[in-house]
Amino acid sequence: MSDNIIVVDQLHKYFGHVQAVKGVDLSLRRGEVVLIVGPSGSGKSTVLRCINHLETPTKGGIYIDGVHLEDKKTNINEVRAEVGMVFQQFNLFPHLTVLQNVTIAQEKVRKRSKAEAEKIAMEQLQRVGIPEKAGAYPRQLSGGQQQRVAIARSLAMQPKIMLFDEPTSALDPEMIKEVLDVMLDLAKAGMTMVVVTHEMGFAKAAADRVVFMDDGQIVEVGPPDQIFGTPTHERTQLFLSKILAH
Amino acid sequence: MAGPDIQIPDITWRDNWREFPFWLVAIFAFLIVMAILVFTNPDIKEAFLFIIPGIQITLYITLAGFAIALVLGLLAGLGRISSNAVIRNIAITYVEFIRGVPTLVLILTLAFVLVPAVSNSFGVDNRNVSIELRAILSLSIIYGAFLAEIFRAGIESISKGQMEAARSLGMNYRQSMQFIILPQAVRNISPALGNDFIAMLKDSSLASVLAVRELTQRARLYAGSTFRFPESYLVLTFCYLTMTIALSLLLRWYEQRLGKDSR
Ligand SMILES: Nc1ncnc2c1ncn2[C@@H]1O[C@H](COP(=O)(O)OP(=O)(O)OP(=O)(O)O)[C@@H](O)[C@H]1O
Ligand SMILES: [Mg+2]
Repeated sequence: MSDNIIVVDQLHKYFGHVQAVKGVDLSLRRGEVVLIVGPSGSGKSTVLRCINHLETPTKGGIYIDGVHLEDKKTNINEVRAEVGMVFQQFNLFPHLTVLQNVTIAQEKVRKRSKAEAEKIAMEQLQRVGIPEKAGAYPRQLSGGQQQRVAIARSLAMQPKIMLFDEPTSALDPEMIKEVLDVMLDLAKAGMTMVVVTHEMGFAKAAADRVVFMDDGQIVEVGPPDQIFGTPTHERTQLFLSKILAH
Repeated sequence: MAGPDIQIPDITWRDNWREFPFWLVAIFAFLIVMAILVFTNPDIKEAFLFIIPGIQITLYITLAGFAIALVLGLLAGLGRISSNAVIRNIAITYVEFIRGVPTLVLILTLAFVLVPAVSNSFGVDNRNVSIELRAILSLSIIYGAFLAEIFRAGIESISKGQMEAARSLGMNYRQSMQFIILPQAVRNISPALGNDFIAMLKDSSLASVLAVRELTQRARLYAGSTFRFPESYLVLTFCYLTMTIALSLLLRWYEQRLGKDSR
């Protein structure tokens, strides 16, 4: 278990009477890139949000680098600093400049000096390809640029894990590639990633494994070629035929 | 029956005419006439000179009261949305209690029941608590409850994703509130806060029932001793209206600038 950086152990999650996740097991080795696909409402986001405790599991456990998140002694803020999260709606802080978006958590959580935080922020903005926008406000940026800033904001914390919840779903088609390219570089650099997306191209280029979820459960897990090429379960086939038809 | 080429300029002219702030002209006319009378009419001048020193205390209790009300309102507003049921219920009790009692009655009750009770329990003789301080505490406790609702609404108007993004970066609840949510919320609610400041300036006149020598109390004293009731109360109205109109014009200007900025 110690070589698994993420362990999801028999995760159950209820929202009132709705059972969103019904006993999910998932482990990631360091540097592994795992994709989660599945129909709307199948529980993909809920699993992802349990991994950094934005949702509290009803039953079961999450272990990050051996740390049990549900343990009362665990400082969840320390864990979250190691787990970056990128949202479908970017969620940049609109009252802060791009640079401040990327430095604020470094200063408040990592306790870095302003100068150090800004240096790291500029490196990360360079990495996602928009250092020239450092002084701009989020509303002055395109969707693709905003999402890349959001990625830089997470990376500036130097996390061990990155979670992506449909990072390209809110983007115009011409901006999807610029975000996927950044994610692809990240995968190549050895980042441990859990990505909810239906981008087949990204899956084939970067994913070690693809997890297919339906109705709160993992139906099938395998390498991208197998899941997309020769899925064994009928539900997987049905789902893939639907998204490939588009 | 007017032809179309006459109708079109006619409508534009009428629209401009309708948008013209006649109300402001009327109010300014009143203020200017009053200002002239203050200089030219000896009775009104005398009343004015007697009443106007009260502005210092009016502004003092309003500013001090509003500052404390902001703190109380923020705390109670945060309490209203707390996940802790005890804190939440304490905050709701405070807000609902205050909102259910007339302001004048609250000022009397707070100044003559709550303040003595609290000062006694701290071993302070309540005669040492000045009436100005009682007025400030009463007004701030009352307006704290009003501001709590504004803060709560302001915080709730910020999308949930903002808190989630802040928390997922490892910021704790307090940091996320302080650096991410509140700056955005306060900006959104600043016009509403400004309105309540103006309302509090007006309600500070109720402190006269505590015999605080602010504008209203001085006007009452002057009227009572000279029997010049019209002069006293016209001057008093003039004083308040000058301040509130100036503030609300300032607020309109600020709101317009705020609107332009967010575009
Ligand atoms: N905060 C919530 N309150 C109540 N129900 C919720 C909440 N979040 C999710 N659910 C429900 O849990 C189930 C799983 O939702 P989840 O968002 O995890 O699905 P998903 O696979 O991410 O779907 P999508 O592809 O539409 O994003 C759905 O039935 C959803 O309605
Ligand atoms: Mg989802």
